[in-house]
Amino acid sequence: MLRFHRRRLAACSVALAAALAVSACGSKTGESDSTGGVTADTSGDTVKVGLLNSLSGTMAISEVTVRDAIMLAVEEINAAGGVLGKKIAPVGEDGASDWPTFAEKAEKLIKVDRVAAVFGCWTSASRKAVKPVFEENKALLFYPVQYEGLEQSPYIFYTGATTNQQIVPGLDYLKAQGKKSVYLVGSDYVFPRTANKIIKAYAEANGLKVLGEDYAPLGSTEFGTIVNKVKASKAEAVFNTLNGDSNVAFFKEYKSAGLTAASMPVVSVSIAEEEVKSIGTQYLAGQLTAWNYYQTTTGAANDKFVKAYKAKFGADKPTSDPMEAAYVSVYLWKAMVEKAGSFDVEKVKGASDGITFEAPEGLVTIDGATQHIHKTARIGKIGDDGLITEVWNSGGPVKPDPYLKGYTWAGGLS
Amino acid sequence: MSALTNPRARAWLGFALGAVVLFAAAPALLTDFRLSLLAKYLCFAIVAVGIGLAWGRGGLLTLGQGVFFGLGGYAMAMHLKLADAGEGNMPDFMELYGQLDELPSWWAPFANPVFALAATVLLPMLVAFGLGSLVFRRRVRGAYFAILSQALAAAMVILLIGQQGTTGGTNGLTDIEGFFGYDLDDPVNQRMVYFIIAGVLLALLALTRQLMNSRYGELLVAVRDSENRVRFLGYNPANVKLVAYVVAAGMAGLAGALFVPAVGIISPALIGIVPSIEFVIGVAVGGRAALLGPVLGAVAVAWAKTALSERFPGTWTYLQGAMFVLVVAFLPGGLASLWGMVKRRREAAPPAPESTERVLVKEVAA
Repeated sequence: MLRFHRRRLAACSVALAAALAVSACGSKTGESDSTGGVTADTSGDTVKVGLLNSLSGTMAISEVTVRDAIMLAVEEINAAGGVLGKKIAPVGEDGASDWPTFAEKAEKLIKVDRVAAVFGCWTSASRKAVKPVFEENKALLFYPVQYEGLEQSPYIFYTGATTNQQIVPGLDYLKAQGKKSVYLVGSDYVFPRTANKIIKAYAEANGLKVLGEDYAPLGSTEFGTIVNKVKASKAEAVFNTLNGDSNVAFFKEYKSAGLTAASMPVVSVSIAEEEVKSIGTQYLAGQLTAWNYYQTTTGAANDKFVKAYKAKFGADKPTSDPMEAAYVSVYLWKAMVEKAGSFDVEKVKGASDGITFEAPEGLVTIDGATQHIHKTARIGKIGDDGLITEVWNSGGPVKPDPYLKGYTWAGGLS
Repeated sequence: MSALTNPRARAWLGFALGAVVLFAAAPALLTDFRLSLLAKYLCFAIVAVGIGLAWGRGGLLTLGQGVFFGLGGYAMAMHLKLADAGEGNMPDFMELYGQLDELPSWWAPFANPVFALAATVLLPMLVAFGLGSLVFRRRVRGAYFAILSQALAAAMVILLIGQQGTTGGTNGLTDIEGFFGYDLDDPVNQRMVYFIIAGVLLALLALTRQLMNSRYGELLVAVRDSENRVRFLGYNPANVKLVAYVVAAGMAGLAGALFVPAVGIISPALIGIVPSIEFVIGVAVGGRAALLGPVLGAVAVAWAKTALSERFPGTWTYLQGAMFVLVVAFLPGGLASLWGMVKRRREAAPPAPESTERVLVKEVAA
């Protein structure tokens, strides 16, 4: 008898559950969007912003420096009175070098902390993972790293370079140096594969021969075969999109194979001052990089930035392009908010076009249509002291063109 | 009192309690965001139920469940991406990264919802059947089986990343908008997904309990404890293990499929060596041999990961590591053994506290 009761209890609860589940059917796809997003909590005398970087995992070594640069900007802005009279209260989360974690933490920052904007992400995969979260909730992300282009989310501001501000100038430089052939080496993920697609389209249109294309798994340290292939190809230059630790192994192998910056220069797009330090200058001296900013970039704004950064985090800590772009992104957000007179996301977005900032890399301007920024392209040479000095620049800020619409050779890419 | 000691009545009570917690208490108490996190944890719990069966009962250290989770997840995500794109169109990432004029032939069947749904469970089971029949018949056991599972996970990640144009590469499949016609942006629909996941978890727990208590369940434990003796009795241990392995793979596949609408992404980062080990850690923390141990462990580990990383973004990995070490060192039976330990202590405790002299005498005698 008692057992029968318990059985009925179980049956009832399951039936109740089923009823709940069936009644819970919301809007269908394609219906007009009824969810309005989350409004930021700006009551009180502070405004929260989210910091979303990997503090653990393989990307931590790079992303922690970006977090530090964002914190520096936040502190400077707070010391100068904050934004619209409110002090910025940063809320940090760890993306843990894991894309679904990035999505989870982005949602937490938006929905639980109700931040006014989020600064962070490094890898393209993490950006792709959080993009739908920001779009669904109509919240702002400032992404500070150079990337492969072909993207334009209405809720992301891209303060790093897109391809026509980094890769294309790098190729232009090689062409101007009279190089006729190039070998492509990259890590096996989205950025190198997409970058190489663009490079191949450029090469075809500009009479540059691509003699080979090789990918190593992320984090791989086995480069004997690839370097031998590079050497055997007798290419005049190498375009390197390897990421992180792989560069250490690649350049060691490169040197031991007898290849030098003079005989076969390598243009790298993911090696900044921080990485030079960990790879070792003895392997890198004389090699080329393509970025928008170097620690050695001249100008009062950069002198101030480098000095403040070293004072806060240590004299041996270099500043790099992604750090600078992250630092700038906080100031750009501040300028947008002040122009809009509000923290409201749509108003802030609306105020973005034409905003300028005297950044450490020089004058930057937001292009409202693409939500990218005008940046000066710079080719640098790695010196014996581990610093990178500029050997060429674009002469002024380059207009961002994420889909390479202004380049006829890029017609078939997107 | 008799009802509480009767195992059948206790099981019914347990399920009723579980249903009330998952279907009434959790949705009432948690915000939409926390509920969607719980949905994710429950997906891991579904994988854990399968591992509990294969590892806890069958002694198969399945260190490659990520592969099956991934197969289920990708099968589901492929269908949802195709549904988002609409008939005749290619998913957005293919147009971006691929240089394809039309949908690859192996994508096409996934446009059919029935095929895709069946594939989420049957595809992992098929792979597990193929691998399992090869491995178990050759009496590959212990560490070798674990290494093989890990190699499979690594191989699958490399394959997926290498085929960026058709699999999304490291990005995986993201930006999934709809779930069989329902808009996933809508919190009501997210809630619906949660209810489906909770229902599937309860149903699979019931199924696993039946399996564990059946003759087959006894045989599985016998194979774990002494494979040769079972063979001498006239059974084929390979088949016994194969069933547990295939069932566990099916559960992992289903969990992967449910993970996609709950979280909105499936990527190689979720199916490689590290996540495969994390699944097993959850089971170990919860207690691998009990029915509910793996579920509790998986949810506890995933919840702790979220809670610790929110509170201590800089140092949470150390705390998580410490937690694993503590549980394995001091609670080898997992969290599920905690209750039994408390009960035994209480029953063993003498009615009056022992005097210090007596304890001393005992210690000296020992």
